[in-house]
Amino acid sequence: MDDTLSRRSLITGAAATAGSLLASPSRASDPAITEIQPWNQELGSPVDAAPYGMPSQHEADTVRRNVEWLTADTTSSINFTPLHRLEGIITPNGLCFERHHSGVADVDPAKHRLMVNGLVDKPLVFTMEDLQRFPRENKIYFLECAANSGMEWRGAQLNGCQFTHGMVHCVMYTGVSLRTVLAEAGVKATGKWVMPEGADAAAMTRSIPMEKALDDCMIAFAMNGEALRPEQGYPLRLVVPGWEGNMWVKWLRRLEVGDMPWHHREETSKYTDLMADGKARRFTWEMDVKSVITNPSPQAPVTHGKGHTVLSGLAWSGRGTIKRVDVSTDGGRNWVTARLDGPSHGKALHRFYHEFDWDGGELLLQSRAIDSDGNVQPTKDALRAVRGTESIYHNNGIQTWHVRRGGEVENVEVG
Amino acid sequence: MLRSVRLAVLIALTAMPATAESLGLGRVATSDEIAAWDIDVRPDGQGLPAGQGTALDGEELFSDQCAHCHGDFGEGVDRWPQLVGGFDTLTDDRPVKTVGSYWPYASTIFDYVHRAMPFGNAQSLTDDEVYAITAYLLYMNDVIEDDEFVLSQATFGDIEMPNADGFGEDVRPDTPALSVAEPCMTDCTKGAVRVTMRALVLDVTPEGDGDEPEEADAERVLEIDPALAEAGAKIFRKCKSCHQVGEGAKNKAGPILSGLLGRAAGEVDGFKYSKAMKEAASEGLVWDADALSGYLEKPRAYLKGTKMSFAGLKDREDRLAVIEYLKQFD
Repeated sequence: MDDTLSRRSLITGAAATAGSLLASPSRASDPAITEIQPWNQELGSPVDAAPYGMPSQHEADTVRRNVEWLTADTTSSINFTPLHRLEGIITPNGLCFERHHSGVADVDPAKHRLMVNGLVDKPLVFTMEDLQRFPRENKIYFLECAANSGMEWRGAQLNGCQFTHGMVHCVMYTGVSLRTVLAEAGVKATGKWVMPEGADAAAMTRSIPMEKALDDCMIAFAMNGEALRPEQGYPLRLVVPGWEGNMWVKWLRRLEVGDMPWHHREETSKYTDLMADGKARRFTWEMDVKSVITNPSPQAPVTHGKGHTVLSGLAWSGRGTIKRVDVSTDGGRNWVTARLDGPSHGKALHRFYHEFDWDGGELLLQSRAIDSDGNVQPTKDALRAVRGTESIYHNNGIQTWHVRRGGEVENVEVG
Repeated sequence: MLRSVRLAVLIALTAMPATAESLGLGRVATSDEIAAWDIDVRPDGQGLPAGQGTALDGEELFSDQCAHCHGDFGEGVDRWPQLVGGFDTLTDDRPVKTVGSYWPYASTIFDYVHRAMPFGNAQSLTDDEVYAITAYLLYMNDVIEDDEFVLSQATFGDIEMPNADGFGEDVRPDTPALSVAEPCMTDCTKGAVRVTMRALVLDVTPEGDGDEPEEADAERVLEIDPALAEAGAKIFRKCKSCHQVGEGAKNKAGPILSGLLGRAAGEVDGFKYSKAMKEAASEGLVWDADALSGYLEKPRAYLKGTKMSFAGLKDREDRLAVIEYLKQFD
C-alpha cells in the first residue's frame, strides 16, 4: 500500500479498519514488535539439525491430501497437490500429487535396468550409470492426471482447489531424450509405437505413437535438481510433455517398439472418455488448456476484509504456452485480462495475478485461459454439451468460486 | 541403411541437436532377459504364451485369488472394480463399465491379469491359470457360453467382445477456439449470474489434515520373534487388499487387524460382520493364536458363512508367521 492509497483511505474514513502507514498514537502497540520474541533472544538450531531441510513447523498445513471415498484402497489411489499453498510455477518435490496403481515401488537403483526391445536393430539393456552417460537436458513441464477435475462433471462437489484441480504438478526434469535412447537401439522402419513399462507391481503400460516418442519425450532421473522421489518413479520415469499423466510411466524398466498399439488396460478400460451416446473416445492424450484461481479458494479464504486484494492462479496447456488469462469477479459476465508473471515455458504451469480493490461484497470468481494455439478454456456447460457427464477425464471447464461477504469461499456452479 | 536415413530425417525434422552415431552405451539384451520381461499381449494375439484353460478351471482360481476384492460373481466388493455385467448401461445416467460391457479386447484381460493381478501378488499366476481366469471372466460375461471351451493361442482369435465397436478416435479440441471468435469480455451473460449448485450441499470434502496421531496403548505387550514376524509381513501381502494394520488403519473389505491377538471376535467398531462371525462372537470366540491358526487354515471350513472369501494358508509355518507379524500391531 502506498501513501496515496492510505491517504485516500483516511479521507473515506476507512483508516480505522484498513490501517494506515501514518503513525497513530491512539492505537495499541503491536506486542509482536514491542515484546522480545524467543527467536529474537535465544539461539536457534545449529547447522545439521536437519541434514535434509524441512519446511517451517508453521507450514504443517501445506501437505498432500487424499479423498478417501474415491478409491477402494490407498495403495491404488491418488492424493492432491495443495495448490492453494504454493507460489510461482514450480511444485516442491514432496508436494507433487501421487497416483499409484500398486503402491510406491521401492526400487534399488543398482538393480534397476532399462530394456529397449521389439522392432529395433539391437535390443539393449542400460544400467542407471549407462543412462547418465547420454547427453542430458533440463526441461520444465507440468504433469496433469487425465482425471483432474473428474469429480466435478456432474457439478460442484469438492470444496477446495487442492481437490478440484490438485492432480497437477510442475517441476524441472533432468534426463535424456527418449529419441536418443531409441536411436541407440535403432528403431526399425516398421516401428510405429513405443510401449513404456513400469517395474512396480502394476507393471504399468501405455502405447505411445512414435511421432510423440521422437518429438519431446524424456527419460528423467531427476526432478527439481535431485533424484526423482520414490512416489514419482525413482530411479527413472518417462516424461511425455503435455500428455495425460498416466502415460508418464514411473519406475520405467522397459520400452518396447511395435507396429501397432497394445490396447492395454490403461488405454481401454481406463483413460477412455465415454460420451453421452455410449461411444468412448480412446487415445485422448493431450491435456487441454486450463486454469484455476488458487487464492482465494475454499481452503484459502480472504481473511483481511475489504480493500486491496491479490488474486492468484495457475494456467496451463498441453498444446503450448499460455498466451492470456482473463479473470471475472461476477461469474463470467465481465472479464479483465490478468497479469502473467514468471517464466513462460511450453507445456508448463503459468502463474497469473489480478490485483483489485475488494468492496467486501459477494464475488463469483472465474479464470479463463487461452493457449498459444488459440484454444480458449470452455465453460463447464459448454463442455458438458459436447461430452455429457460420464467421460471422467479431460475436464478443463472454467471453475467458479463464490466469495461471501465474510471472505469464505465455496465451490459453486453458475448459470 | 534405409533405417538410419529415416532416423536422421526424423531427428532433423524435430530440430534437435544432431545426435552422433551410436554412443556405444548399454549392452545387447539376451533372449532370456527379453523373455522374462516381454510378457505383453496385443489384440492380434502377439505375445500370448503357450498354455490353455477353461472357465471351469478358472472358477476355483477366481474364488481363491480374485473374489475377495471382485466378489464371487465379479460383482465387486466395496469400491473394488465390478468385472461382470453392466450390459446396455453405457448410455445410462450411471454407466457400469465392466470387462463385459466396456472392454473392447479379450487380450487386455489376459495381459492385465498376467502382469498386475492378483493385487499385491502380481505375476504369481501360471500361464494356464491366466488362461483359465480369463476364460472364467469371459464366461461370467456370456462372451463364451461353454464352460469347457478351451482358451489358448489357437482359440483366442475367436473371441469377440460385445463393446469391440464402442471406441472412436480423439476429435478434440472440440471447444471454442480463439481463431473462431474473440471471447466476450463485457456483458457476456443475459443478466446477473446466479449460483445453481454448491459443493457444501454435498459435503464430501475431507476435513483436517488427516494425520491425527494415534495414542499408543502401552498396556498390552506381546513377545515377538522378529525373524518370524518379518516372514509374516511377506505373507500378509495376500491379506493387505482387505485388511489394514497399524497407524491410520481403516476397515476395508475386512476389519482392521491391529490389536487382534487376544481380542474377542467381531469387536471392531464400524465393521459389518457376517451373521456367522457375530454368532461365534456371542459364543465367546477369542482370537488367540490357536483360534487364528485354525481360522486362517481354511476360513470357510472353520467358520461356515464367514464373509472372508480367502482360500486359506495351508502351511502351518505361514500361519504362525502371519500371527507373529500381527502381534506387532497394538
